[in-house]
Amino acid sequence: MEKGKMIATRDGFGDEIVEVGKENKDIYVVDVDIGKSCKTAKFMKALPEQYVNVGIAEQNGAALSAGLATTGKIPFVVTYAVFGSLRMCEMIRQEMCYTNLNVKIACSHGGVTPANDGASHQAIEDLGVLRTIPNITVIQPADYVSARKLVRAAAETYGPMYLRFTRDAVPVIYDEDQEFTIGKAVRLRDGKDVAIIAIGDTVRLALDAARELESKGISARVLDMHTLKPLDNEAVDACINDIGKIITVEDHNIINGLGSAVCERTAEAGKGKVVRIGIQDCFGQSAPYERLLAVNGITVENIVEKAMKGF
Amino acid sequence: MNEKVSMLKEKAKELRKTALTMIFEAQSGHPGGSLSSADIVTALYFSEMHVDPKNPQWPDRDRFVLSKGHVCPIQYAALGSLGFFPEEVLHTLRQEGSMLQGHPSMLKCPGIDISTGSLGQGASCAVGMALAGKRDHKDYRVFTLLGDGEMDEGIVWEAMMSANRYRLDNFVMIVDNNGLQLDGPCDQIMPHIDLSAKAAAFGFEVYDIDGHDMQQILDAFDKIRAAKNGKPKFINAKTVKGKGVDFMENQVSWHGTAPNAEQYADAIAQIDRS
Repeated sequence: MEKGKMIATRDGFGDEIVEVGKENKDIYVVDVDIGKSCKTAKFMKALPEQYVNVGIAEQNGAALSAGLATTGKIPFVVTYAVFGSLRMCEMIRQEMCYTNLNVKIACSHGGVTPANDGASHQAIEDLGVLRTIPNITVIQPADYVSARKLVRAAAETYGPMYLRFTRDAVPVIYDEDQEFTIGKAVRLRDGKDVAIIAIGDTVRLALDAARELESKGISARVLDMHTLKPLDNEAVDACINDIGKIITVEDHNIINGLGSAVCERTAEAGKGKVVRIGIQDCFGQSAPYERLLAVNGITVENIVEKAMKGF
Repeated sequence: MNEKVSMLKEKAKELRKTALTMIFEAQSGHPGGSLSSADIVTALYFSEMHVDPKNPQWPDRDRFVLSKGHVCPIQYAALGSLGFFPEEVLHTLRQEGSMLQGHPSMLKCPGIDISTGSLGQGASCAVGMALAGKRDHKDYRVFTLLGDGEMDEGIVWEAMMSANRYRLDNFVMIVDNNGLQLDGPCDQIMPHIDLSAKAAAFGFEVYDIDGHDMQQILDAFDKIRAAKNGKPKFINAKTVKGKGVDFMENQVSWHGTAPNAEQYADAIAQIDRS
């Protein structure tokens, strides 16, 4: 996949899960009648013996997946992020995390990407709610290439995980040979004046902002914090110690997501300042995706402005 | 009465006493449901299920999911008697550091196939285990025990639909139908109208039994074992909450209350005399 091509991270999930499923017969997909949107149709066709569809029953899909995992299966239970995090939340807590079972919750439509569907379908609390649960790993890839690599890493790494993908096409930012390690941020650019730490689809905004800042004589470090939990404390500490000015960017409520996680680390360090960019603790509405980002200040312009005047 | 039935009845008395002793020593726990499910749990562990106390993770074992996790003292009593852990562990219920948590934990206690405690979810987990068994062409079966109050939970009915959809005749759902839930009689809190008819309508093969008649329990298991017909199985076991201790029987107040020393001595004496 060449850099710059526009393709959604959910397609990365849908393409890679078929490959890992062919290699490992224990990989299962558990759908809740939303597989077409979440890109599991290829898996369903190619690997019917590893495929389950429980209908519109998220709670059963989640707990049933935990039961599958007790026998050595590696189920990926699939739905939209808002339902996968909240409707399934207690089953994730009780039957996947308390039990430390090898289940992956793989969700498309994270953040405000289900834009025209309205607030009922926009997931703005998922990362925060789930990172509060012990044992879970929380991941959101930034592009198609990293989505594929992180799906494979998730399949090969034991433990409950939440994988957040999105609806809309975003540019490929990584080379095919880029390596990813769960829990290790990728430093996409280095800089000395400001650090921009982003997750998911907003990584592309951080990169664009860094380029614009460069033209204004400001050098920005950009981190792709694809793993929200466990947070790459080493990478955050380096931003605190090397630069001290950090901007976080996420398509998620500013409460309890990436910004909060970075603030927790920074506050305990006793130095450094953080400016959070994200959903302004409000519900969305039916509107174009880019508009929903804009009204919350999740834009290249706002990142640039905060970098120049926010500290 | 045949020898097996009388052996199981004696074992059920032993498990009832062990469960009450655990709850008395802990001064915490759920005696009512432990006693109402005692005969079913005894029949499962000492007659019907294939499990190996020396190899709790044996892949081909039958599974038991105690979806009504709060009555775990009766399951712990069975596991301890079978040797899944040393019997002295039975004196540590609900103590800090114990493998015998207030609700069953699969990571702490050998023989627990999945952690439960949040009602309804165990049934759904059990369907997942049964589905895996079918896909892997294994012969093991999965038994899950629920309370009738637990049938209020929506996820139970989701689980039942999926057991039918995937033709899980290796899945056996047993309802300890004692008629009482925490806040009062089920008929007043949330009527289930006719659980057996509902289960049949959900595609289950239904067995209505007296959950304290050991012969009836064994007969139902015999029929179910033979019925490899693509249909999941449902046992509606009519039971008495607090069965075997007169002052606990049919009393909502004994749902989650530990006996004092006098009550405990009386209860043990009653079970011994029975």
